Amino acid sequence: MLRDITLGQYFPGDTLAHRLDPRTKLILVIVYIVGLFNAVGWYSYGFVILITGACMAVSKIKPASAFKGLKPVIFIIVLTALLNIFYTDGTPIIEGWIITWEGIAKAVMMSVRIILLIVGTFLLTYTTSPIALTDGLESLLSPLKKLKVPVHDMSMMMSMALRFIPTLIEETDKIMSAQKARGADFETGSLMSRAKALLPILVPLFVSSFRRADELAVAMESRCYHGGEGRTRMKQLKMQGCDLAAMLLGAAFLAAIFIMKKYGF
Amino acid sequence: MSSVIQIENLHYTYPGDDFESLKGVSLDIEKGSFVAVLGHNGSGKSTLAKHLNAILLPSEGTVKIDGIDTADEDRLLDVRRTVGMVFQNPDNQIVANVVEDDVAFAPENLGIEPAEIRQRVDNALKTVDMYEFKQHAPHLLSGGQKQRVAIAGVIAMQPEVIVLDEPTAMLDPKGRREVIDTVTKLCREKGITIVLITHHMAECINADRVVVMSNGVIVADGTPESVFSQVELMHGEGLAVPATTELMWQLNKEGFALDLNALSVCDCAREIAKEIG
Repeated sequence: MLRDITLGQYFPGDTLAHRLDPRTKLILVIVYIVGLFNAVGWYSYGFVILITGACMAVSKIKPASAFKGLKPVIFIIVLTALLNIFYTDGTPIIEGWIITWEGIAKAVMMSVRIILLIVGTFLLTYTTSPIALTDGLESLLSPLKKLKVPVHDMSMMMSMALRFIPTLIEETDKIMSAQKARGADFETGSLMSRAKALLPILVPLFVSSFRRADELAVAMESRCYHGGEGRTRMKQLKMQGCDLAAMLLGAAFLAAIFIMKKYGF
Repeated sequence: MSSVIQIENLHYTYPGDDFESLKGVSLDIEKGSFVAVLGHNGSGKSTLAKHLNAILLPSEGTVKIDGIDTADEDRLLDVRRTVGMVFQNPDNQIVANVVEDDVAFAPENLGIEPAEIRQRVDNALKTVDMYEFKQHAPHLLSGGQKQRVAIAGVIAMQPEVIVLDEPTAMLDPKGRREVIDTVTKLCREKGITIVLITHHMAECINADRVVVMSNGVIVADGTPESVFSQVELMHGEGLAVPATTELMWQLNKEGFALDLNALSVCDCAREIAKEIG
């Protein structure tokens, strides 16, 4: 049952979107979000949808898998839509009703905005491996080092956590089998009793994680780890021609959105 | 031959313990040699290993690596890049999601140029025969393969000594053989000094020298033949001797006069054949 958990949602591939520098992609996602929230009229929405579609096509992500990521947020989308339908003033569709034409329009726009927001950010995690993402974040945030923000340590912790997810899942499976062999029951009973049944899994898992952490720390020190100072990287992030092109396209996108905003499209 | 590790009258007490785990160990290890350290659980062999790259510092006595005192904090990195360590659990010493990134970890920490790291990583992976796995995720490898990746991670640091603390304890027989063969090759072909901590006798047969520890002191030290032929002593320490030695020892008790120095199955058979004519 634990095997189904996929974290990071990365689809390996060799498209242009996969080859872009993670920093470029991070910046472009921010540009995309700014653009999305500055889209006001139907035309600009149409434009953002078009761009999102184009990005999906470039990264060869099937629409089905992109929309699969929406499942957990359907509730939020529906709730936002309902609230907008009922709480927007304007001309009622039928005299005396609380539902207004403006409300419906706003509900559609808000839903589309949330969907686009999620699909757009998913494109980033679909085309970038978690490690490349942490490296990109570390590099982008490195100016914060001057303000004594421990950027390197944070990204090291993040990549270490990602590294140990499969190991810990394996371990959880092992502990569960051991408890099942001794008669533990995880599948039946009320929600409360099932939650309680998880306790004998969590306790050994925690204990062994602490032991792991201790051993890992000794192993890292043995391999001369002494923080980020004076550290080099084998794989260095490099901006290429396509990154520059992508940045320019991003800038053009933002400019187009602001022009449309000015004229109210 | 000069010695790369010099241990003098080493005493160590773990914080909070009221007994000494090491009670005066003195040991010189020659450059390029393959030394096996044997001992029962709690004999102090792992504690000794941890002193070799300054994870633990002596309570009394000195440990010198290539002439550098491990207690000298300013030279900590020099000590650690000279003595690489491989631990028991391969899962807990692999730090990256991709094999080659893990091997690159130590040289990255040392601040080496990216192009040279690349070269060292490729060479290290070829040395341990894991080159074709360089893009793999470590958690999908077998135990023996993971442990070889861990060894490659240490080789990439280009150490003079590699200390392996029970590297085969969690492996199946096949993985065990892979690791021991790799280690032997490193010593014989690359001239890297190997200190192998173990409690499997069979792994010590290739060694130049066997050191037996018990209760924090060294009780036997010499070539594998000379150590294993002291069968009573080994039994007294709760250690089994290799099956060949055991057989000949039992035969000798029954009135034969076999030479206990024959360690390999072949030598053992020849010795018995000679005796019975």
